[in-house]
Amino acid sequence: MMNLSGPAIAVRDLRVSRGGTEVLHGLTFEVPRGQVTGLLGPSGCGKTTLIRSIVGVQIVESGEVAVLGEPAGSPALRRKIGYSTQSAAIYRDLTVLENLRYFAAVLGAGKDDAERVIEEVGLAGARKQLGGSLSGGQLSRASLAVALLGTPELLVLDEPTVGLDPVLRQDLWRLFQSLAERGVTLVVSSHVMDEAARCHRLIMLREGEILADGSPEGLREHAGTTDLEEAFLRLIEEKAERVR
Amino acid sequence: MNVAITLATAGRILAQLRHDRRTLALLVGVPSVLMILLRYVIDDPSAFNRLGPTLLGIFPFVVMFLVTSITTQRERATGTLERLMAGPLGKFDLLVGYALAFGAVAAAQVTVVLAISLTWLGLDLAGSVWTLILVAVLDSLLGMALGLFFSAFARTEFQAVQFMPAVVLPQALLCGLIVPRDAMAPWLEWLSDVMPLSYAVEAMQETARTGDFTGVLVRDVLIVGGCTILSLVLGAATLRRRTP
Repeated sequence: MMNLSGPAIAVRDLRVSRGGTEVLHGLTFEVPRGQVTGLLGPSGCGKTTLIRSIVGVQIVESGEVAVLGEPAGSPALRRKIGYSTQSAAIYRDLTVLENLRYFAAVLGAGKDDAERVIEEVGLAGARKQLGGSLSGGQLSRASLAVALLGTPELLVLDEPTVGLDPVLRQDLWRLFQSLAERGVTLVVSSHVMDEAARCHRLIMLREGEILADGSPEGLREHAGTTDLEEAFLRLIEEKAERVR
Repeated sequence: MNVAITLATAGRILAQLRHDRRTLALLVGVPSVLMILLRYVIDDPSAFNRLGPTLLGIFPFVVMFLVTSITTQRERATGTLERLMAGPLGKFDLLVGYALAFGAVAAAQVTVVLAISLTWLGLDLAGSVWTLILVAVLDSLLGMALGLFFSAFARTEFQAVQFMPAVVLPQALLCGLIVPRDAMAPWLEWLSDVMPLSYAVEAMQETARTGDFTGVLVRDVLIVGGCTILSLVLGAATLRRRTP
């Protein structure tokens, strides 16, 4: 049974340092269930570190991260979260199918699950190909497929659509939407602004701080522009003025 | 421990090796060629009878150290380890999976080298072939466990390769291959006494020398087994769910 009470993710005053520098400066936000939340911001703004903290693989300095009502990283969450890293985490010396069969076995997912997710990410034609011989886009889709195995309640995807052609990108976003309609919570990071419009909710990060948190419509309205890229710029200016 | 995950992991590692025919050929071929070289370089059957079993103890140790440290380093670098650690896989599922897969490869390796040595090269064994294989597999597991442990200190594959001479060569020099251990200076003999490969090689020599399961052999097998388990536990401690 899915526990539908409370937010999917609740982060409070999260601080993380990497290599001696603080990269997240006390973030506080919540992610509601059954929605696609976009994590947007330029490269180096702390998206990946935040995602790693949510998944529970990041050593954090201070603050709290609760995921599906449990502290991030607790053993109960390990079957409930589908996680896809930015660089494709699959075995280059195994075929796509062998990779997915192995990860499915680790998750205890059914035998046909590997075939299902291969179809979902559109890799049926490459299922017998070795990971090392895939193109960049195919590789990242294979990695995404691993995150879809089983029945995750939360999908955390770090830049899953980088380098994909527009048709494939559209297909994947449709898949994300349909998963959300089934009640799955998705957190998807991106540095491409045109993907932001497809999310229910946006969290904009810049230099380890939250710049904005709201619906795409709300952000456009607030900034007084229809273009999200421009809205992002205005928010940065606004903040700079406040500091001054 | 989860048997299904452990077996899936062992199967996955064997599948990776199956796709890498060249590595497989090197794993089995190189020790055989070295053994043949040794036989004709020495060109003295009684000296070969003394040195041959020693090398049979060293080969699987060295090869498994190298293969394991690089494979594990690669798992860390490509992110598959992080992915597994974020999921329900237990540390010992992974370690025992490695042990099963590489133990099987070691058994195949030793069987081929032994077959060539006993027939073509005229190696004269007093003990049973099975004891020899058992001791060789144990040696290889020791190499695997140490390789796993030391791979944690290698940031790159390049460093992982450098650990091989650093960890293996001193042990090979001190294990009685070149000079009998009791003929060394006391401080070297003492060093030799605390190095696990010394006992692995002694067990091999003992098996070759006498047909009985002597007290020395039992002691050596226990020491090698103990060191293997100790290194596996230390190796498990280096597999972190959370990283900086």
